[in-house]
Amino acid sequence: MVVETQASPLQDGGSGDSDPKVVDKVVIRFAGDSGDGMQITGSFFTHNSALAGNDISTLPDFPAEIRAPAGTLPGVSGFQLNFSSLQIMTPGDTPEVLVAMNPAALKVNLRDLVRGGTIILNSDTFRKNNLKKAGYTEDPRETGDLEGYNVHAVPLTSLTLEAVKDTGISHKLAGRCKNMFALGIMLWMYDRSLEATLGLMTKKFGKMEEVFEANKKALTAGYNYADTVEVFTGRFQVGKAKLVPGTYRMLMGNQAAVLGFVAGAQLAKRPLFYGSYPITPASSILEGLSNFKHFGVKTFQAEDEIAAVGSSIGAAFGGAIGLTGTSGPGVALKAEAIGLAAMTELPLIVINVQRGGPSTGLPTKTEQADLLQAMFGRNGECPVAIVAPQSPADCFTMAIEAIRIATKYMVPVMYLSDGYLANGAEPWSIPEVEDLPGIEVKNATDPEGFLPYQRDPETLARPWAIPGTPGTEHRLGGLEKQENTGNVSYDPENHQKMTLLRAEKVERIAQSIPELEVHGDPDGGDVLVLGWGSTYGSITSAVNRVRDRGGRVSSAHLRHLNPFPANIEEVLGKFKKILIPELNMGQLLFLIRARFCIEAEGLNKVQGQPFQIGEIEQKIEELL
Amino acid sequence: MTAKPELSPEKIKEIEEYDRKIFTSDQIVRWCPGCGDYSILAQMQKTMPEICQEQGIPRENVAVVSGIGCSSRFPYYMNTYGFHSIHGRAPTFASGLKISRPELQVWVVTGDGDALSIGGNHLIHALRRNVDLKILLFNNRIYGLTKGQYSPTSEQGKKTKSTPQGSVDYPINPLSLALAAEATFVARTIDADTKHLASILKRAARHKGSAFIEIYQNCNIFNDGAFKSFADKKVRDDRTIVLEHGQPMVFGKEKDKGIRLDGLKPVVVDLANGADESSLLVHDEKTTDPTLANLLARLEEADESTPVPVGVFRALDKPTYDGLLDEQVATAQEQPNAGDMAALLAGGETWTVQ
Ligand code: SF4
Repeated sequence: MVVETQASPLQDGGSGDSDPKVVDKVVIRFAGDSGDGMQITGSFFTHNSALAGNDISTLPDFPAEIRAPAGTLPGVSGFQLNFSSLQIMTPGDTPEVLVAMNPAALKVNLRDLVRGGTIILNSDTFRKNNLKKAGYTEDPRETGDLEGYNVHAVPLTSLTLEAVKDTGISHKLAGRCKNMFALGIMLWMYDRSLEATLGLMTKKFGKMEEVFEANKKALTAGYNYADTVEVFTGRFQVGKAKLVPGTYRMLMGNQAAVLGFVAGAQLAKRPLFYGSYPITPASSILEGLSNFKHFGVKTFQAEDEIAAVGSSIGAAFGGAIGLTGTSGPGVALKAEAIGLAAMTELPLIVINVQRGGPSTGLPTKTEQADLLQAMFGRNGECPVAIVAPQSPADCFTMAIEAIRIATKYMVPVMYLSDGYLANGAEPWSIPEVEDLPGIEVKNATDPEGFLPYQRDPETLARPWAIPGTPGTEHRLGGLEKQENTGNVSYDPENHQKMTLLRAEKVERIAQSIPELEVHGDPDGGDVLVLGWGSTYGSITSAVNRVRDRGGRVSSAHLRHLNPFPANIEEVLGKFKKILIPELNMGQLLFLIRARFCIEAEGLNKVQGQPFQIGEIEQKIEELL
Repeated sequence: MTAKPELSPEKIKEIEEYDRKIFTSDQIVRWCPGCGDYSILAQMQKTMPEICQEQGIPRENVAVVSGIGCSSRFPYYMNTYGFHSIHGRAPTFASGLKISRPELQVWVVTGDGDALSIGGNHLIHALRRNVDLKILLFNNRIYGLTKGQYSPTSEQGKKTKSTPQGSVDYPINPLSLALAAEATFVARTIDADTKHLASILKRAARHKGSAFIEIYQNCNIFNDGAFKSFADKKVRDDRTIVLEHGQPMVFGKEKDKGIRLDGLKPVVVDLANGADESSLLVHDEKTTDPTLANLLARLEEADESTPVPVGVFRALDKPTYDGLLDEQVATAQEQPNAGDMAALLAGGETWTVQ
């Protein structure tokens, strides 16, 4: 690490120089009102942890309401951070430290806190009115609810007001700095460099002098407070993780997808067109891509989901990478058009950032229940390719992969992300441009003997001739096509042939995707945990824990769901038992059973939350 | 902005030689004999060479996009790039195509069911955005392809297979809808009036922005004679009025009738019997005030004597969606980091592990 670790002058003196206790990993959750700045507090601590060399994984928890009334339970916003000196893959099952900015934040989050965990609460907010809004009839500090926890009641608001009173900032803005005071306490508790966070603060607020000064004062005051008052008995240190050398940045899944699609289109040397209609949790992709006009990206906020996919197909007809993005309800609306893209064999990519369903369901919560929709959710025999990123940063890699498949095979690709990946973040080792995979795309330009449905013998892709090319004028459409000529055909034999060809083309994708790798014992064992998409982190962590205890369990993770990697059947056959954990009622399980006629067991959770490592671990133990 | 590609001398020569045949595909036309669609197709194939020559557009830069319905088979018969899409959604595919490829000339062919029922939303939004599309709505006031159910433009009380006692739906007025959606070019013509039809196609092609053209089209199988009362050659001059910019509103075989406003109500006056031409309404397709166009869109409803207007109701200059977006992209591409992949990947807060 090149991070400066020189001691801050502020660290001198006080009780802080007692030796901090070294721990492997810590899970912290910051929780408060939507207006309390918990996301920024969390991201500041994340940044500091990154500079300290930890491995990190984060997950925000946004309230479903945009601005629920202050102090109420629906208004609570949270940010969970797992930082460690070991390799970690999830934001952590249960926080060990909870920073609660008001009674509502305490109430919502207390049940997740580890028994005996630490609570830092803003005692200034534990007044009658706020307690009532949070649904407390009595002050939880006095009822015994908090017994067994290590509780620090700190008058965060008044201490902050006192600390910033000389800055000339308004009372309202002054009060808002209390999150930085809390952050200061946390930095002290984890023996962190104040300078590192002040540096980031300069970047973020530097231009607004008063705001910067006030936040800086609040942060340092919080740090000094913790150092001086001697009530924070435990001070901890989380060492550097062994990370692959390189330059890193934090990436959230949707942000990674944005970068991946922009990069993928550049690699394919084709313009990127994104047609989309705002929907949670996919909207940040539309917002993100609208900032990439300097890469020639055109975004189109359509009038509805159908128009969004229609415009993308139109753009693909015109030679662009046609991308549309939505969540499950939107995919339902796009189904007919996806069928058209399959029939016209155009490179369309559909992002589905899955959320809890059915219907409007749980818009801000995660689920993996659209796999069968991606697989079968269209009229007729209509196979499409399906890919699924396995972690926030993998959203980048799989975006490029989706473009590769769509253009190589002239086929629609479903890209299954989810709410957890979309908002979760992890460090991403920034790749060198030349290390990115090349994507070779050809457009048909030779009118000589041109036939719009004459297939490439290897991939079965039809040629992509785009408007503006003289001599290759042709008509596409949703009516069945005659083989080769692409003319409308009602011929019975032809329909059967074309149906088989469309299916075979999707199957052939397996020839160019990586084999399924086994983590653990490649030669087989007692239990294989098979997963797909966002469950990668919890599954792998659970398997590692059991293996550390000597359990003969392995895991394999699918990022390609249609077609499956070519060796999947072989891999499955090597294990006595197959466990498939999914955030749905058993959709991959259904496909695996149907496809390979093998027995497998599901672990199914539909609570709008990712798996905890412990939940999978327990299930593995049951099977072993 | 995406510059219009310079045409080579060979290309210019090639375009000069375009004729109807070059726009005619090898597919057998499968509309019912006598269908009004034939006439529209013929006029389109005939005028396209002129349009291309006038604007310097090579055939390969022309695309025809349609939805579903009898009219939507149109692209198969044009020897250009074509896309027969799904029901009601043609404007969406066409918008995506035009926005990503502003140099193309994109036509949309749709029908009353396609554009006004299942695809109403897309029509409205394509028009309000002013995407540079030429939208031809073949209005036959019936569902033809599904064999004869009433459509959103069918008159109330119409007896069809799905409304044996007569439909209770009130019809929609396509031009009023287009005007409400802020279409910058709104026109109407009739399938059988080939000369007028050709002239409107040419006007639409010249318009920069969304052009909406309602074409009264006879479905001789399921709704024969729907427009006979005014479109028939024998009565056409007396029952229709051809709108001409800057001209007083005169019509009739003998040019002896005019339209005057009586308060807010249009009335027909008899020029032969002393009515003064200077008191007549004068057509103005360029006014941004929508009042006149709205009034004309419903002229025939005023009373039994008011004629059905055909021609250009409105033609406004207004920047297009595709043009404005293209400008934003072009400006962004002048940024020093435009297209810099390394900068793309390394943006945001970074740290280094050694
Ligand atoms: S059904 Fe009517 S509109 Fe359709 S092709 Fe026949 S005549 Fe034309």
